[in-house]
Amino acid sequence: MRTWKVWEQRLVKGISFLAAYSVIFILLFLLFVVFSKGLKALSWGTVFSLPKGGYYFGGEGGILNAIVGSFYLSVGATVLAVIIGVPAALFINVQLIRLKRTQNTIRYLLDALWGIPSIVYGAFGFALMLLLGLHASLLAGIITVALLITPILVRAFDEVLKTIPVELQEASFSLGSTKTETALRVIFKQGLAGFITALLLAFGRGIGDAASVLFTAGYTDNIPVTLDEPVATLPLSIFFQLSSPIEEVRERAYAAAVVLTFFILLISVSARFLSKRYAKNIIK
Amino acid sequence: MNRIRRITDILVNVWMRAGLYLLLAIPVLIGVGLYWKAAPIIGGHSLSDLLFSRQWFPMKGEFGFMPFIYSSAYVTVLAFILSAPLCLFAAIYLTQFGKHRLLQVMLPVIDILAGIPSVVYGVWGVLVIVPAVAKYVVPLFGVVSSGYSLLAGGVVLAVMCIPYMLNMLIEVFQTIPVGMKEASLSLGATHWEMVKHVIIRKGFPGILSAFGLGIAKAFGETIAVLMVVGNTLDISVSPFSPGYPLPALIANNYGEMMSIPDYDSALMFAALLLFVIILVINLFFRYFIHKTEKI
Repeated sequence: MRTWKVWEQRLVKGISFLAAYSVIFILLFLLFVVFSKGLKALSWGTVFSLPKGGYYFGGEGGILNAIVGSFYLSVGATVLAVIIGVPAALFINVQLIRLKRTQNTIRYLLDALWGIPSIVYGAFGFALMLLLGLHASLLAGIITVALLITPILVRAFDEVLKTIPVELQEASFSLGSTKTETALRVIFKQGLAGFITALLLAFGRGIGDAASVLFTAGYTDNIPVTLDEPVATLPLSIFFQLSSPIEEVRERAYAAAVVLTFFILLISVSARFLSKRYAKNIIK
Repeated sequence: MNRIRRITDILVNVWMRAGLYLLLAIPVLIGVGLYWKAAPIIGGHSLSDLLFSRQWFPMKGEFGFMPFIYSSAYVTVLAFILSAPLCLFAAIYLTQFGKHRLLQVMLPVIDILAGIPSVVYGVWGVLVIVPAVAKYVVPLFGVVSSGYSLLAGGVVLAVMCIPYMLNMLIEVFQTIPVGMKEASLSLGATHWEMVKHVIIRKGFPGILSAFGLGIAKAFGETIAVLMVVGNTLDISVSPFSPGYPLPALIANNYGEMMSIPDYDSALMFAALLLFVIILVINLFFRYFIHKTEKI
């Protein structure tokens, strides 16, 4: 009886040990495969030039259109998400601070919204585009991606804001400041580290998402100059080039995957670094 | 001065309120928008026909979504079977058996895994999983397959679900009071008995929710699955045959949807279907989590 207990425990500990380390292994394996395959195909020419004639049959050129396009799209969408999301997050945590029930209901709805897949946003963005009379363009892409990332931004920012003690707000009110001044100068400042994390999280999601821009952003070999031009994105450039039967074109898909993964890693690392740095200003 | 402050206060207030209302209106807008675009097909066919018919001939105006729903369910269940036990054991190890340092290392790992775009998982699937299925798994069963199969889709999805489920499971296990664990240990339970009888039992609603949300996540995943699943219209029991999940249907056919009558509204119906199923699952399990968080 006694020995069985011990053996059972050893067995479970062994299994769970393997399970935990296998997650790290999976990440390393994935990064290894993507980088080892892609770095061979990566060159300055691939990153810093536009597709030239016969590019999709293995001709000269690079993926600069997709890199810059993705960047434009994500920056635009993040700006839009900040304009809608930051005031909403502040509203939940300042004006609604006494209404715990309402706060919880809103958080519940936002969490549920977080789970909606991006292809649904893409289809909705397409319907919205037809309604507004737009065609597949940078603007339509920005609107769709903004819809996708705003709930993420708000919820991530809100997670930090809700830890700020009520007393801090009360102190601000007692000194005669309005709700707006409290929200922007006290609460926003206090949650700055969280804001940066949320911003980068949303930006990263925007840069990596393919399904939502599939219908709405179009695809082009050029870098868009105005908002109503179509725009290429990195995920779609990977997706399209990988389905090519020509080896050189597929090689570039691997190179593009390295570029995209590198951006995501960079965003993740800088989010950690910056949120630590700005956390120093917080009044405890 | 005072007046300016008051006006700013009012204006910013309006802005904040507008932001929040817009945000809360998104799900309603999505539902209404998709329904509006899908209305022609919902009006023209009976709902049971759309959901349960196997006849998919857009040119003839026949839209049976059964093969797509079947494929979606198949890869989702497969992904769940592969990832759920792994996540559960990993979460137990990280929160109960392992050192605290390991958890500190693990959280960024989970973050990065969650942040890696779907399309990169797709590339990985094409490079690793598809050839592995074709070369090593298929010969064991004596069948022929290109590797682009439901199994490949399930494996890639399983990997994508790991950070999502694992993160939630860790949070669930961390909310269980230490006193409860100590009480169990002080009565002479081994570490594992404590986990079995206290952690898992107490965290049961949370575990269920994490699994449920993982399933919802897998159900809606598009690009990565699309890249490895083969996209062939077929209802087959074998995991080695290709499938065609709902999100892949939408993503694959956006180009030609304007040329065939009712095709665009069929695709919008597929999106609406995904939206409703996933929203319902999410609302249901999130409710559990919010209940347990408040305690």
